[in-house]
Amino acid sequence: MTLNRNTRIAAVVAFLAIVFVAVPAAISSSGRFDLYYTLTSVALLSIASAGVWLTFYIGRINIGQGAYALMGGYVSAILVMNHGWSFWLTLPVAGLFCAAASVLIGLPILRLRGVYFAMVTLVLTEVARLLALALPITNGAKGIVSIPLPGALSVFGVTLIPDFATLQNSRLAFYLLAVTVMVVCFAVMYRLVNSRIGKLCQSLQQNEELASSIGVNIAYLRVIAYAVSSFFGGVSGAIFAAISQSIYPSSFTVTDSVNFMLNCFLGGLGYVFGPMLGTLVLYFGWDLLFQTGQFQLLIYSGLMIVLMLVLPNGLLSLAEMTRKKG
Amino acid sequence: MAEMLEVSGLTKRFGGLVAVNNVSFSVREKEILSVIGPNGAGKSTLFKLISSFLKPTTGEVRLKGERISGLAPHIAARRGVVRTFQETTIFRNMSVRDNVIIAHHLRSKASLFGFFLGTGAAKTDEAAFGQSADEILTLLGLSSLSNETARNLPHGHLRALGIAIGLATNPSILLLDEPFAGMNHDETMRMVEMVRRLRERGLTILLVEHDMPAVMKISDRLVVLNFGQKIAEGTPSEIQADEKVIEAYLGSEDEAIGL
Ligand SMILES: Nc1ncnc2c1ncn2[C@@H]1O[C@H](COP(=O)(O)OP(=O)(O)OP(=O)(O)O)[C@@H](O)[C@H]1O
Ligand SMILES: [Mg+2]
Repeated sequence: MTLNRNTRIAAVVAFLAIVFVAVPAAISSSGRFDLYYTLTSVALLSIASAGVWLTFYIGRINIGQGAYALMGGYVSAILVMNHGWSFWLTLPVAGLFCAAASVLIGLPILRLRGVYFAMVTLVLTEVARLLALALPITNGAKGIVSIPLPGALSVFGVTLIPDFATLQNSRLAFYLLAVTVMVVCFAVMYRLVNSRIGKLCQSLQQNEELASSIGVNIAYLRVIAYAVSSFFGGVSGAIFAAISQSIYPSSFTVTDSVNFMLNCFLGGLGYVFGPMLGTLVLYFGWDLLFQTGQFQLLIYSGLMIVLMLVLPNGLLSLAEMTRKKG
Repeated sequence: MAEMLEVSGLTKRFGGLVAVNNVSFSVREKEILSVIGPNGAGKSTLFKLISSFLKPTTGEVRLKGERISGLAPHIAARRGVVRTFQETTIFRNMSVRDNVIIAHHLRSKASLFGFFLGTGAAKTDEAAFGQSADEILTLLGLSSLSNETARNLPHGHLRALGIAIGLATNPSILLLDEPFAGMNHDETMRMVEMVRRLRERGLTILLVEHDMPAVMKISDRLVVLNFGQKIAEGTPSEIQADEKVIEAYLGSEDEAIGL
């Protein structure tokens, strides 16, 4: 998408104003405080989906993001509960732990392509769940519960973020946290994709053999992209654990992994902000269909199929089409 | 003249099949050397061995005296051996210009992280690549198509784009696998001129081609393969008079070598 510089800045400012000012204002005037929880979930799921999108961008169908979200959740929870770490420190550590794990896992499996890579990542999610059930440190099916809320974050005596437990409205605090992390993640993605790295990723997606013949270290680039992707997954999982104050082996399952992927498809694989829009629409779409009771899943799946047939390049391709016509 | 590339005792087995069998020859600096031979003779396999896309069973390849066989393909490219592919090989969904810009990858001085941050070095690189890409596109007669999406190009221009991508890497030796395939006479002659011009600019060229008139016209020397073995080596006139070569082509394509 080629918007000019001023339009881009205006769009960013508008977006920030909506998520940081308009949404909280609208929620407090309407009293629908439950929406905070919903929107926080959307923000966190879109971070994980952004990671999946990035692996799509190097030509790999990733159905394994649930594994890293789960891993990130456990890493944060264990560090907070067993070692007394501050949540704020565990957040980047959980991301880095997942990134490191994904390098080890990615080195062998990123050689696979197409449906083979997809299948292996699908299995990965299930392996993560079974590990969480089996390992002593994760406390089996009982999970880790009663995780304290994030404490205060102070740097050199200056309190940047207050202790969540002392706040009247911790829902708002979590919402702001999730949205802030989301904005940072998507800014990173935008920069990646619009720098030369994005072009290099595209070259992998379109023709790995040619990419290596022009001197691109394809193995290295694939691992880097996968590590960033898994970092996002881990961070998202860590915040989820903090919000729900618990983490179980079933907190992220194959269904979540599949949903992360669907969010990307729905929003559009060619657009950085595709996963954000896709997550929003899918999450609310699913909720709206709740009234249809037993037909919920049927209608939902039917709509998904229709959408993919009508808009194979995702919802954001709609915006591009109208702009071209206009 | 100095030797650019040295192939010695190169052999590649695929199970029972010996696709390339103990082949040795060398390519001199600024030379155009063609490898010819019937279908399945092992020409493309030879190219893949030289560009390190395949590891030789035995034998080795040296570039300016340094061994390059057995390296990863992107390392061989970094050393200066770059090949174009027999099948049309481009980045389909990028613009023509982006195809060539991305192929400047090896020349970048900025690191990946530098490109992410948009450092000064990265900006300098980007500007230089853009300029160089435009020059290459002009050289190959593609400048009017530079914003076209690559997959929409007509066949002749696709082959040219493949070569443009190879050139952008700034190789010491460029390996062209059937660059004239599927081109009509005029397009071929234009391409022959193009390849000559590349050599005048100092490039060493190794090429595989079935179009005999074009090969005879363009090459300084030829190497002939048959069933994986080198059966002859020499100037175009020497090859046209070679008994073994005539025999290898006889019956099927005896006119095709320009006799
Ligand atoms: N990866 C592979 N595995 C097994 N056999 C192979 C492989 N690659 C090539 N071959 C075989 O090696 C032989 C030489 O193939 P190659 O592609 O090098 O021939 P060529 O001279 O380029 O032919 P053409 O003129 O048709 O392009 C053929 O018999 C081919 O079937
Ligand atoms: Mg061939």
